[in-house]
Amino acid sequence: MTSIPARIQGTADTLPLIRDKAKAIRLKALQMVYAAKLGHPGGDMSVTDILATLFFGVLRYDPAEPNAPWRDRFVMSKGHCTGSFYATLAEAGYFDRALLDTYMGPLSRLNGHPNRNYLPGVETNTGPLGHGMPVAVGMAIAGHMDNADYRVFVVTGDGEQQEGSNWEAGMAAGHRGLANLTLIIDRNRLQQGATVEATNSLEPLADKWRAFGWEVAEVDGHDPAALLDLLGAPVGERKKPLCVIAHTIKGRGISFMENEVKWHHGIPNAAQFATAISELEA
Amino acid sequence: MSTQNSPTAALFDCRDAFAGALEGLAEADPRIVAVVNDSLGSSKLTGFQQRWPERTVNVGIAEQNMVGVGAGLANGGKIPFVSGAACFLTARAMEQIKADVAYSNTNVKLVGQSSGIAYGELGPTHHSIEDMAWLRLLPNLTVVVPSDRWETREAVAAAAAADGPFFLRISRFPVPDLVRPAGARFTLGKAETLRDGNDVAIIANGVMVSRALAAAATLATEGIAARVINLSSIAPLDVEAILAAAETGAIVTVEEGSVRGGLGGAVAEVVSTHHPVPMRILGFPGFLPTGSVDFLFQHFGLTPEGIAKAVRELVDPRRR
Repeated sequence: MTSIPARIQGTADTLPLIRDKAKAIRLKALQMVYAAKLGHPGGDMSVTDILATLFFGVLRYDPAEPNAPWRDRFVMSKGHCTGSFYATLAEAGYFDRALLDTYMGPLSRLNGHPNRNYLPGVETNTGPLGHGMPVAVGMAIAGHMDNADYRVFVVTGDGEQQEGSNWEAGMAAGHRGLANLTLIIDRNRLQQGATVEATNSLEPLADKWRAFGWEVAEVDGHDPAALLDLLGAPVGERKKPLCVIAHTIKGRGISFMENEVKWHHGIPNAAQFATAISELEA
Repeated sequence: MSTQNSPTAALFDCRDAFAGALEGLAEADPRIVAVVNDSLGSSKLTGFQQRWPERTVNVGIAEQNMVGVGAGLANGGKIPFVSGAACFLTARAMEQIKADVAYSNTNVKLVGQSSGIAYGELGPTHHSIEDMAWLRLLPNLTVVVPSDRWETREAVAAAAAADGPFFLRISRFPVPDLVRPAGARFTLGKAETLRDGNDVAIIANGVMVSRALAAAATLATEGIAARVINLSSIAPLDVEAILAAAETGAIVTVEEGSVRGGLGGAVAEVVSTHHPVPMRILGFPGFLPTGSVDFLFQHFGLTPEGIAKAVRELVDPRRR
């Protein structure tokens, strides 16, 4: 086994790296969605800074040994946002960037939703919402059983919080005091058809998670420095699982997509694509 | 081949055999853990929990979480046996079984306890007569329906040894120990011929195997030589044994489950595609009326007499 790499945090180069990677991920995700004429660009853009912070500032992993027992686990529960997730895995070195050009093509390993048997770096198959949390709780319990020091991070959408399985899992995690588990909610306030609050309101969301036995923090989900402070902090004396409500903007970085519900799975036309690329490159 | 399987033999609850086998394996392999939904007692895992409290995860009454937690434990290198009443484990957590276990192809061992109509009078909400149909069509998932204590122990050991997802359908209704030839071995994906005969084949699994053997003994006195096949593994399926059964010219299937899509459906798919012969599928027609397990078996003809009657109806026209 190769030596276990240290968690990368706190060096002077970390924040610029995260920002560079976030820019590359957004550009690539948009290109993938545009080429495939399929995907979920709104959620790809809202979750990108969270993914970049985790993979380039927080998580401990070795793409050459993707199943190393010591690795931190990352679970992409909002499995429909594969544009940004796959671009992140490629940037992290799990596979060649050229593979991204096959996104959702015939027989591609890059299915619309991630499959762990197709791609390294995918821990569990997601897509139907509410599946990541129970699996992440199981990973965290396994870590406790072994006194392992790996951590488990799971990202859900905010609309996804309407699935009851999250709350089954959250109750169990709070009951067990799984401090090695961190839930990040991509709180972009929009779901497929309307705002989350108009559809089936989550608020008071922080109070709900506190009541389930979690420590809760709220953060600007587009501020890598703030995300890094929270997610990169060691577990330390914390005895509860951590819920981070990351306030984000759906479609972040592309002016006409921001906060517009139709870009949940809308596909830009040629002119819109050109505009979006120029804005993301700026 | 033995003809000594006796309907008057002592009867046993296969859940005890499951728990005993699991404890034996867990002694030797610390990766084995148990996951339950407030089902320690009904899974007969109280002893396991007392011996290894740190390896027992009781998630409470939350089946979706239970199955997902199993997948997460497997990710962490454990061999989780996820055990609960079959009706709740399968119906409530079907999407977790599909996505987190079968599609993800994780090393999770699902154990459906008190399957079929074990809960008798509690009714169709608590019956699990659909599970064979639902689960056998999921790729990657091995589905085993043991017939007695020996086969239950063998199936648990096979599940623990194999790397991949399993569903073990464990019976609560007491069954006799089947008499097997010396040196009999359990092989995943292989059917077991418990009685030879070339006039007709009876294919059964689970608690119906001993009843099929009793029916065959009766039929023998009438000059009908019925082969009895224990098809405990319905995924993967022993196609060779089914096609050999078709060579007898007629097949009766018997299961403690729905007549649609389960054991009978699996056999019919093979037979109708490769070697069509007359078939009868014995099982339950739909949501069942109120009654004890014994009453329901009687009412729907899932008795030695009922099986023998179905065989006569199928075979007689051909013999005339």
